[in-house]
Amino acid sequence: MTYTASELLAVSAARLLEDRKIVFAGVGTPLLASVLAQTTHAPNLTIVLEGGVIGPEMAPGRLPISTNEMRAARRGVLLPSITQIFLYAQRGFYDYGFLGGAQVDPYGNVNTSFIGPPERPRVRLPGSGGACDIISHCREILIVTTHERRRFVERVDFVTSPGHVDGPDGRRRAGLLFGRVTKVVTNLALMGFDPATARMRLEALQPGVRLEEVREHTGFELPAPADVPHLPPPAERELAILRTLDPERTFLG
Amino acid sequence: MSDASFVEARRRLEAKDRSRRDKRMPVERAAELVRDGDHIAIGGCLYSRTPWVTLRELLRQRRRDLTLSRNLLCYEGELFMVAGAARGIVTSWAGIGLPWGLSRIVREFVESGRVRFDEWSHLALGLRYRAAAMGVPFLPTLSMLGSDLLARAGARTMTCPFTGERLCLVPALFPDVALLHVHRADPFGNAQIDGYPHMDADLAVAAAAVIVSAEEIVDPEDLRRHADRTIIPFFAVDAVVEAPYGAYPHECYGLYEADLAHIDAYARGVASGGADAARRHLDDYVYGPETFEAYLERFGVGRLLERRRAAQELSR
Repeated sequence: MTYTASELLAVSAARLLEDRKIVFAGVGTPLLASVLAQTTHAPNLTIVLEGGVIGPEMAPGRLPISTNEMRAARRGVLLPSITQIFLYAQRGFYDYGFLGGAQVDPYGNVNTSFIGPPERPRVRLPGSGGACDIISHCREILIVTTHERRRFVERVDFVTSPGHVDGPDGRRRAGLLFGRVTKVVTNLALMGFDPATARMRLEALQPGVRLEEVREHTGFELPAPADVPHLPPPAERELAILRTLDPERTFLG
Repeated sequence: MSDASFVEARRRLEAKDRSRRDKRMPVERAAELVRDGDHIAIGGCLYSRTPWVTLRELLRQRRRDLTLSRNLLCYEGELFMVAGAARGIVTSWAGIGLPWGLSRIVREFVESGRVRFDEWSHLALGLRYRAAAMGVPFLPTLSMLGSDLLARAGARTMTCPFTGERLCLVPALFPDVALLHVHRADPFGNAQIDGYPHMDADLAVAAAAVIVSAEEIVDPEDLRRHADRTIIPFFAVDAVVEAPYGAYPHECYGLYEADLAHIDAYARGVASGGADAARRHLDDYVYGPETFEAYLERFGVGRLLERRRAAQELSR
């Protein structure tokens, strides 16, 4: 069976979401993953979107492009202000948060602001949006991104969104008392964090991927267990659901 | 003014006419509330309820040296940069939208230092407006702690005097003028918004002056019957502009969906032609059409009605 990297990311992320939880999702892969989870094993998963909606129900073929448009609010139960939607996060209501990013380091710090020095950037990226808030307040953070060496770097050029900052005690020392980055999902692997060092480590490989391939595409040392398991491939049903949700393949690639 | 103290902001508010009076006026006159060098806060979010009718007029009147703030800045920011109207942006994110990737114009103007980009997290910016709306100089948050945004943005930290925990403090942001597009307002400026409130209610009371454009001007008696829906009080508002389709080609919740084909065409133009494409867009949609009606005619009645039908379908 063939599938795109985006489809694989959505399926892998969806499987990490438990039923009855509350997920702060962005548009694109996070929303696809959340709706897929709802349709399969997590019918009571509640979606929250940044533009200001709680509990929307997406219509297949009518996925929003941004979290603040009418389509994203479909059948929602509450439309709070944007400030309020984040204050619910700061209060501690959301179980999961999703993040992507131009650069990710071994501590799960994410950069979406600058490539190069901030005073004279080579690339001015769009900025945090809600990413810094999501990573600071949600209970478990999932980083979902394609796996490239230029993306997985030893040190991000700028910490837009703090992961474990610089070690097991990094968040605590910064004043971030709650939440943590738990998983990193890519098209090559599933990674977690070593509690002793707060550094990223390999947990499983995507179907057909070799360990060397992952290391080749990672710009820092990535510890792995002696016998790395493989994740089960996307099931036909999971792919069918995704393709019904996004028939024009705006997000599925 | 945005960096001014809360004391000065309070004095400025006290000095202005807050009376209940008919504030209806054409957009040309309302736009005169904005002076060169002002800090303008833009309501809505990304391509939702963008106050295009007023933004377009500011560009037509060739305002200069403006600072624009918005939670998520869409390509209105690009047009102000290319027109030479903006010297700075204050936002959590600047681009067009996810599928269109990086903004070539934001990159060009910010990387070359021509436009200053002050980045705050989305919540931090919301709390800056909120602090101003509350009339206090700052608010504490746990956002931005542990990030490089904190120091770069000019936030501060403190040790909580009650718990001893470390907190991030964000300073109040008092815009000179807020531009808000709403569903309905009465002639005095009492205003109601359907769907997403975004940050408009805070902007309305944070700013020294407020221009409200409304899809519909309603009889004050009608508004009183649904007073629970009113989120902007008349005493915050200085100008009321009647503007059906005033957010077009962006969406107005329940009334019309965004004209994504138009946005896509603009984005493609800029992706290949850069600032020149944006300049052509300014000629075609801003400087060319003399009135907002003439501007809407550029899109065509058929298109406007089709976007309205699409919104109605979604509302079912």
